[in-house]
Amino acid sequence: MQVNQAADSGGRRPVTTGQRGRVTVTAPIETTGAAPEAQPEAVLAGVDKGQIEGRSLGQIAWTRFKRDKVAVAGGVIVVLLILVAVLARPIQAMFGLDPNAFHQELIDPNTSLPKGGLGGMSADHPLGVDPKFGRDIATRILEGSWVSLVVAFGATILSNVIGAIMGVVAGYYGGRVDSIISRLMDTFLAFPLLLFAIAISATLQGGAFGLEGLPLHLSVLIFVIGFFNWPYLGRIVRGQTLALREREFVDASRGMGAKGPYILFRELLPNLVGPIIVYSTLLIPTNILFEASLSFLGVGIQPPQASWGGMLREAVTFYEVDPQYMIVPGLAIFVTVLAFNLLGDGLRDALDPRSR
Amino acid sequence: MEGNPPIMRRSALAAVAAIGSACLLVAGCSKADDNKNDDNNTKAAGANAATKDVVNASTKKGGTVTYELSDVPDSFDPGNTYYAYMYNLSRLYARPLMTFQPGAGEKGNTLVPDLAASKGVPSDGGKTWTYKLRSGLKYQDGSPITSKDVKYAVERSNFARDVLSLGPNYFQQFMAGGDKYKGPYKDKSAKGLSSIETPDDTTIVFKLKTAFQEFDYLVAAPQTAPVPQAKDTGVDYVKNIVSSGSYKFQSYSEGKQAVLVRNENWDAKTDPLRKQYPDKIVVNLKVNAETIDKDVLAGDAIDLGGTGVQAATQAQLLASADKKAGTDNTYGGRLVYMAINTKVKPFDKVECRKAVQYAIDKVSVQTAEGGPIRGDVASTVLPPDIPGYEKSDVYASAGNKGDAAKAKEQLKACGKSSISTNISARSDRPQEIDAATAIINSLKKVGINASLKQYPSGKYFTDYAGVPKFTEKQNIGLIMMQWGADWPSGYGFLQQILNGSAIGESGNTNLSQYDNKDVNALLEKAIGTEDMTARNSLYTEIDKKTMDDAVLVPLTYFKVLLARPQNATNLVSTAAFSGQYDYLNIGTTKK
Repeated sequence: MQVNQAADSGGRRPVTTGQRGRVTVTAPIETTGAAPEAQPEAVLAGVDKGQIEGRSLGQIAWTRFKRDKVAVAGGVIVVLLILVAVLARPIQAMFGLDPNAFHQELIDPNTSLPKGGLGGMSADHPLGVDPKFGRDIATRILEGSWVSLVVAFGATILSNVIGAIMGVVAGYYGGRVDSIISRLMDTFLAFPLLLFAIAISATLQGGAFGLEGLPLHLSVLIFVIGFFNWPYLGRIVRGQTLALREREFVDASRGMGAKGPYILFRELLPNLVGPIIVYSTLLIPTNILFEASLSFLGVGIQPPQASWGGMLREAVTFYEVDPQYMIVPGLAIFVTVLAFNLLGDGLRDALDPRSR
Repeated sequence: MEGNPPIMRRSALAAVAAIGSACLLVAGCSKADDNKNDDNNTKAAGANAATKDVVNASTKKGGTVTYELSDVPDSFDPGNTYYAYMYNLSRLYARPLMTFQPGAGEKGNTLVPDLAASKGVPSDGGKTWTYKLRSGLKYQDGSPITSKDVKYAVERSNFARDVLSLGPNYFQQFMAGGDKYKGPYKDKSAKGLSSIETPDDTTIVFKLKTAFQEFDYLVAAPQTAPVPQAKDTGVDYVKNIVSSGSYKFQSYSEGKQAVLVRNENWDAKTDPLRKQYPDKIVVNLKVNAETIDKDVLAGDAIDLGGTGVQAATQAQLLASADKKAGTDNTYGGRLVYMAINTKVKPFDKVECRKAVQYAIDKVSVQTAEGGPIRGDVASTVLPPDIPGYEKSDVYASAGNKGDAAKAKEQLKACGKSSISTNISARSDRPQEIDAATAIINSLKKVGINASLKQYPSGKYFTDYAGVPKFTEKQNIGLIMMQWGADWPSGYGFLQQILNGSAIGESGNTNLSQYDNKDVNALLEKAIGTEDMTARNSLYTEIDKKTMDDAVLVPLTYFKVLLARPQNATNLVSTAAFSGQYDYLNIGTTKK
């Protein structure tokens, strides 16, 4: 997300890195030009141009992020996961894999378990097959990846859009508007979210938003998870806005005749991008877990559609005799959540060093 | 979890009870000879031994017998329960007019007089039934049991639906004037329901609206166990049940535990069935299902629900010949099936229904449910342990694996190349969901796309699958279902699921909404037919007609796998109670 330079520089404190020979200064107040224009040239007279090239906040953050090896590893895994999720269906088509294809000839009908050791691992089924149906676990993990990520990203976007707008409106206008929105946030935060989500998901299963089947289940999950999570970001944004709205660049903008919406979306929000990105990255793994929990409880994605939580649910019955089936989806969730969390932490450190 | 369909009758039931009588109960008999795969056990008892004869027969007295249940029963009150296991257990403290003789498999289906001195005497072509009580019957407090108490018990359990609603209400449906009488809590007149007469303290006469030749089965329900009116406190009676059987309550803690001890005022001379072996009987409720399995395998507890072991335990038991020898695998008197909703397009056309019949790979469904141990592939409405069953398979396919070519042919005849519909299943029954998953897979191969809708079993009949308007609105064309007979006869099994006049706005169990005049008439004719053979052949005819109309797809004849606790004595798996052990005379070898 490219940040508006002017607003950016206005919104943040000048940052100085400790590197020898380099002085980086950002503009003390907003201007309309690019960063270099704001350099107090008099101070820099006589210094080699190349050495003092100014860096944007994005560049600074990136430099800082690169230094955090753990975060980079998390980021790489996240990128890979997203690639896998996006390509899940094409990969299946290419190799002729079907997550719902039964191979019951591989199942011992008396015990419901896969024949052979290790959950039925074989060259054809590298991660084994699931009990009762003999479906290929690797393919189902692949199929489950996009479900998890679609729900997690969808819900995160939904809650962030609502949260950011509500937060910035509450923070900027203050007064009665702030009171109403803040009480609304309190109300939402007071909901027993998990119970509520279970109840709503179960109810909406029958049909909602004019949808049916998988699209319905996905939208219900996105709605339930996203809609009730917005106050967390809302509060953060509201707090930041309270500080930002007193800043000079906002006054200046107002003084030049800008109206509410312009200030909200052009002046304030761009300055909030940092916290929003950080919070999103940390919210995604939470949402992945939430989705898995709901599917685990049977109110999320409905069988036969593969989902990680749903696989865990099925595995519970057999964990003593076929641990393989529980370990695989469990690991998938674990790795994904860990990667997003590491990335999120790294991004926070990079974008908002004060919070270190 | 797995394989733990809350049993019986009630499966269907909560709902149904509210509305009509449902069926349920007692299921059929398991045939001992259906289990031939037990040649390899050399242990004393051997696999399936309790389905053939009494295991660990002993007359040793003393000790404590423990029952464990993963849930809570609807009620311990004999007039307010519909679960087969409570029908079974309640006989220890509540004696019905008739009951089932403890016996292995089919032998357990024999009706014998309990409180009554002999079987009912029909007159007026089967419209009037007279029972004589035994003499010398006493409650736990020593007061005498009279036929008026039996009459009162029937009145409170069947006619006061606002107070006691959990049991079936067959008496309300079949007694003359049953629709007008409001029950003893509202109608305080001394006379009560006039169609039940008690000319003296040991005689009770039931007058029915129409001839009902299987009335002896009806009075085998715990609802006929005597309740003294002076001690009845309505729904709270469960806290102070007055025993008429061999055991009485020492303590009862709702939802946790019940402790029964010997009833000194019970006289063995009045009771040829009960032996009163253990000193104490403890019923523990809400015990984790896995814990129950472990306790049973340790030999210390009996699984009260009788639904069989969990899937993981099953896998462990079957993996070793030794352990397998300590199990009983028997029919549970139930049919697992999928109803095809004849009111949802395009299943109003018989060809489309036939396409579904041919498309389903029943072996795949069976494997998904847990394999042959959990049920044999079914092809008739009546399970093999219900009289009237006759082997047939209208929609036969090679190896029961479905016939896609024929299915597509039928689909074409129906004028469709693909169908999009929904299939409903109970969310808290993993086996049902697994079966539905396998069905969805089979149907997809012929172009029928079904998507799964899950609803909680507690409201399956009252709010969802049992509400015709709901199913039509939601396009639910296929409905997963399981049914057990209330008593082991064709009528007890078929009446609630095929009778057109039983279709209600809610709590409906005729899920196919099947309303065929011939079938309705045959049912009525059957129950009025005195000759049992003729009656059974009528049930067979109904079965055939239903299958020709393809309104439901029989999937499996449900079976349970019970682990036999080694310290328990006199274990016998009875067909009368869904293959559960008969709880009347179980003792223990431990002190």
